[in-house]
Amino acid sequence: MVNKEKKELAVAALQNGTVIDHIPTASLFKVVNLLGLANLNDVSVTIGNNLDSPRLGKKGIIKVADLVFPEATLNRIAVIAPNAVVNIIRDYEVVEKFNVTLPDELFDIVKCNNPKCITNNEPMRTHFHVIDREHTTLRCHFCERPVAQHDITLK
Amino acid sequence: MVNIKLMFIKFVVFRGGYCSGIILGNKRRAFLVTRCGKKVQIYYYFPTCIAQNRFFFSISIFFVLCYCRPMRLYYLCMRLSNQYMDNRSLISISDLSKEEILSLLRRAGEFEKNPNQRILAGKVVASLFFEPSTRTRLSFETAVNRLGGRVIGFSDPKSSSQAKGESLKDTIMMVSNYADLIVMRHYLEGAARYASELTPVPIINAGDGSNQHPTQTMLDLYTIYQTQGTLDGLTITMVGDLKYGRTVHSLLEAMHHFSPRFKFVACNELRMPEQYKEYCRQWGIDYEETTEFSEGIINQTDILYMTRVQRERFSDLMEYERVKNIYTLTASMLTGCKPNMRVLHPLPRVTEIAQDVDDTPQAYYFQQAKNGLYARQALICRALDL
Repeated sequence: MVNKEKKELAVAALQNGTVIDHIPTASLFKVVNLLGLANLNDVSVTIGNNLDSPRLGKKGIIKVADLVFPEATLNRIAVIAPNAVVNIIRDYEVVEKFNVTLPDELFDIVKCNNPKCITNNEPMRTHFHVIDREHTTLRCHFCERPVAQHDITLK
Repeated sequence: MVNIKLMFIKFVVFRGGYCSGIILGNKRRAFLVTRCGKKVQIYYYFPTCIAQNRFFFSISIFFVLCYCRPMRLYYLCMRLSNQYMDNRSLISISDLSKEEILSLLRRAGEFEKNPNQRILAGKVVASLFFEPSTRTRLSFETAVNRLGGRVIGFSDPKSSSQAKGESLKDTIMMVSNYADLIVMRHYLEGAARYASELTPVPIINAGDGSNQHPTQTMLDLYTIYQTQGTLDGLTITMVGDLKYGRTVHSLLEAMHHFSPRFKFVACNELRMPEQYKEYCRQWGIDYEETTEFSEGIINQTDILYMTRVQRERFSDLMEYERVKNIYTLTASMLTGCKPNMRVLHPLPRVTEIAQDVDDTPQAYYFQQAKNGLYARQALICRALDL
């Protein structure tokens, strides 16, 4: 009985907004930064971490009330949380549910690891192509170096 | 009717507005042309998000059909394609198709017969060398001069505003006001690609760090074509520094059109990176890796591509001393080789080719350097659509 109450508390209902679920705990705060949640002043944001998950073991979850992100913005999360699931809530009901999908190209999200790359030496946006979706391998548009998933660093 | 082969056109409705228009662009840049004819440069990621939104896609076609008169659209397309879209920059050898490579080789052949042609008369070419180079710069400047064009630029970044802290973007924007073509070498990787996205003036990459050096590859291809009469089905042996040598990597990528066979000869420290072996497997190219530089291998080879083992690549200088003389070619090793076999080297050479090889009929590296002139003449003409 106590457990059930706790569970309900962890996933407290949202009237309208966006829920991003199944975020690996290590990536949770990167996702927070990526979506710029720290700069949202008017909406209520709930961030939960280390919650039990049958699929991931431990997971993170983000709930943003009264705000629906554009799909392209949400898909940027796929770089660090490829299995994240987005739920759009309207009037306490899930009206849309989808997995994030990695876009073909990433602009100004990932930093190039090559210190001699032009993007690390000029005031400019980075640009990466996704060359392998399965393993999330990227390639810098400028210096053409491949970046493996475990080497990805966000800007 | 409209020359849009290099373009894609997408119709668009802006989110939250009724601004309709078309997006014109290639992979490098995109412009939105609104129905009143206003042209706005848009962010690169825009076409990707549009593509995912098929609903807006279909609505917007309707808008464009309603509001744009077809002839006006046609003229806009023409103007944009001439002005911005048909960017003839050469940044990486993979920008060229097989047909383009072959037509460039034919063009280079014409220049070899008659190098002095005044087809660049009245044109100004900027040569921006942010990193010192003599061979590449002189051969580019010779190419322009022999074609009747004028050269502006600098060969030492210390004498440019870069020394005052100017960004690459500002330098490029400033120079594109003056020149019809920019030839640039930069010490940072990706600098040429970045420059080509900033300006409508075509850019020829004359080397960006250890990334790409496509004009060197073109002259290598031209030399191979000239000595063998074909590029198809050749056995190419690459010797020396296969790990860091950008010339071998680019040559490998360019040759994939011509079903070659490769032999990679290098010590373990300087082996061909896995990425390029994977590339060979992808394209079904036969390759063989060995650490032994023997006559048996030379005898099966059509093109022997030697490279310099660079001292600065070694963290352990003892290792360098051990390795540097293993892969030295001497005249005695060439006794049993095929009659059509030629020795190439991007130069400068140190110890990897002994002086006595210079007198053998197989030595071809000095002619190879000379071919740089013709290959670059052909590339300059391609960039300027002449």
